[in-house]
Amino acid sequence: MFEPKNLYRQIKYDLLFRKLATSMGALVIFLVVATFFTLVYESWPAIKAFGLRFLWNTTWDPVSLEFGALPFLVGTLITSFLALLIATPFALAGAIFLGELAPPKIANPVSFVMELLAGIPSVIYGLWALFYLVPLVRAFELKIGAPPYGLGLFTASLVLAIMILPYALSVARDVIKLVPQDLKEAAYGLGATRWETIRHIVLPYARSGILAGIVLALGRALGETMAVTMVIGNRSAMPQSIWDLANTMASVIANEFTEATEDVHLAALVEIGLLLFVITVVVNLVARIFIVKTKVR
Amino acid sequence: MKIKNPIFTTEDLCAYYGDFMAIKHVTVKIPEKQVTAVMGPSGCGKTTFIRCLNRLHELTPGARITGKIFLRDQDILQMDPIIVRRKVGMVFQRPNPFPTMTIYENVLAGYKLLGIRLPKKEADRIVEEALKKAALWDEVKDVLHRRGTFLSGGQQQRLCIARALAVKPEVLLMDEPTSALDPKATLQIENLIVELKQTVTIIIVTHNMPQAGRISDYTAFFYLGELIEFGPTAEVFTNPKDPRTEEYLTGKFS
Amino acid sequence: MNHAYPARERWRRFKNRFILAAITVLALIPALPLFLILFQLFHKGISSLSLDFFIHLPAPPGESGGGIANAIVGTFIIVGLATLIGVPISILAGIYLSEYGKDTKFAEAVRVCADVLQGVPSIVIGIVAYAWVVRPMGHFSALSGSVALALMMIPVVVRTTEEVLRLVPDILREASLALGVPYWRTVLKVVLPTGMVGVTTGILIAVARIAGETAPLLFTAFGNQFMTLNPLEPMNALPLVIFNYATSPYEDWWQQAWGASIVLVLMVLGLNILSRLLARRIAGER
Repeated sequence: MFEPKNLYRQIKYDLLFRKLATSMGALVIFLVVATFFTLVYESWPAIKAFGLRFLWNTTWDPVSLEFGALPFLVGTLITSFLALLIATPFALAGAIFLGELAPPKIANPVSFVMELLAGIPSVIYGLWALFYLVPLVRAFELKIGAPPYGLGLFTASLVLAIMILPYALSVARDVIKLVPQDLKEAAYGLGATRWETIRHIVLPYARSGILAGIVLALGRALGETMAVTMVIGNRSAMPQSIWDLANTMASVIANEFTEATEDVHLAALVEIGLLLFVITVVVNLVARIFIVKTKVR
Repeated sequence: MKIKNPIFTTEDLCAYYGDFMAIKHVTVKIPEKQVTAVMGPSGCGKTTFIRCLNRLHELTPGARITGKIFLRDQDILQMDPIIVRRKVGMVFQRPNPFPTMTIYENVLAGYKLLGIRLPKKEADRIVEEALKKAALWDEVKDVLHRRGTFLSGGQQQRLCIARALAVKPEVLLMDEPTSALDPKATLQIENLIVELKQTVTIIIVTHNMPQAGRISDYTAFFYLGELIEFGPTAEVFTNPKDPRTEEYLTGKFS
Repeated sequence: MNHAYPARERWRRFKNRFILAAITVLALIPALPLFLILFQLFHKGISSLSLDFFIHLPAPPGESGGGIANAIVGTFIIVGLATLIGVPISILAGIYLSEYGKDTKFAEAVRVCADVLQGVPSIVIGIVAYAWVVRPMGHFSALSGSVALALMMIPVVVRTTEEVLRLVPDILREASLALGVPYWRTVLKVVLPTGMVGVTTGILIAVARIAGETAPLLFTAFGNQFMTLNPLEPMNALPLVIFNYATSPYEDWWQQAWGASIVLVLMVLGLNILSRLLARRIAGER
């Protein structure tokens, strides 16, 4: 009835399967490490040629083969932080509204729709921005006397803000929902108004979670490529104002990678990718620390 | 007390969770084709004890066993756990039929999960026999291809018994099999246990004293990890040798 | 107290109302662009949807007409291949985390790396796939695009698989083990099937996410004006069409970009809604 031979084979497979699963776990680690070293290896010609000067050189000239990444670092930082600045108040308000104020009958469908919209591919945000947002910004620039490109840092920041908003909002809403009911009731019991309860109980309690949401959104903004590439204007010089045409780290790679004929040009682009990788890893690890903090409580 | 033909013999059995010693130096002989009740206050190690007998104990991280456990004359700690568990089946506290399988598949789980293919006739025969032994056949014979999770709690537990019996184990371990059931379902299972001892040795953990009195032939009494009393149930219940057994039986602690 | 400071109380109540109203208004503003995007997308794109659009190949630059058949087919091939590569790896890694690694340091390292991988910008993933596949092969290919997308898919499926398998009650594992079933078969035949709906949800979410990715395809799959079914050749995909047409100088192509966008959005939203329905079904079963 039971077959010992078959059973002994099973025992061998048990060990094999364990090894297989473990090696796939190890593969995940390997992929991250290999990504890092691939980027270092591929950018080595540029690292050797330009050294640390790469980071603050403002000239990016594929013709004379002189490459400095500062314009793109600046472009990425400006667009990301401007987007965060625009999005955060709305995201926070939205999170409080959906997590605390709105009755479930409204909050649930709204959250559902919002999460679906967060799934819209970035190339479609780019398409929309190119044909609807750019003319609006151009009209605005004409009014205030800025150069009327329509494209540029400001437009890119606006699109980014729209794109990261649902993301930051849903993380913040989730932690706000986690605030224990009895804490809030204690505050109401002491005669606090709804806003005072939110201000003094809910927000402090949810603080690290909200921060995690903002930092995660920042991570997304830093690496966002397509929408930005389509509206930033793709100019590889130091931007002088937020109305200027510019490039971010991601957009310059997207634009020039397939056109780079010189090895050192390609290597310089990969080095920008390496910088981007390091920055986003750091940002995501910081967000992770905030999330762990939330969970511990 | 002499036990002829013991099916299980433990010698100086100790079981640990990390540094905590849950079973302390247990030496006992468990008789074949009888019902042995394992009793004692909560946390006394009775569940740990039977989980040693099919080597489920060591699955808990940090758990280990020292001493010897003989199934007839084979030391099961030297055998592969998979083979031990084919000979020593188990029924758990909460009914746990596999939710993705039909009733029919659940009974055959001991074969199907191991990848053993049975001819249709053979499979049908095993299912019918096991379900009949578990006194469930009449209730489910027309719904064999529905999910097991639609059954009532008592039916689910009998399905789990059928599943354990289908691989023809020599011993059936039962870990408080009725504690999650209503009185009527409990009674059915108790009657079933008395039936089953014709063919299989049963070791049942319970802290329901009347239940142990009704169904068991022998009783092992555990206290704080030690086996402090073992003997025929009638003797242990009417004339306990250890004062702690007496205190427990008279409800001084639980 | 209320009687002692009536003015203060009124101020508090006014402040409460005012701020709550302000929050509600602020919360509703961002809904505007999001709905505008959907509205304008359908408004602009609906007119380019015709049978020809789905079954024809792109017309040469400047000529009108033509369709995106090759891009639709390409998206299915590239995403399908990515799923074939990514899912087995991810499920096994998820099994490792929930069944073997658990709270060990190594498992924690795997989790951190999955989170890191999830945060890597898609354009960087594109570079890596270029270095790993395009360079050795000597040319662009759908396969390299699939590798890039698989890299993006893996962290999502690993983490959902782990979460779902951890929810499978231990008594089911024990029931199987107590029957003498070895652990690996217990995992594959009991644990995984019990969590299958959840794992499928995770896969659908991941597929929805990668189907719209453009950046990793720019220098891997690259794009192709012709129909090809060979994954070792450059291949077109919907996101690439949208990007290339939107940034082209031809009005006709802009129109096609809107049409392609509708197709892509419907695909992605469909997958997302499907995954949510599945998720709701699991919640209902519990």
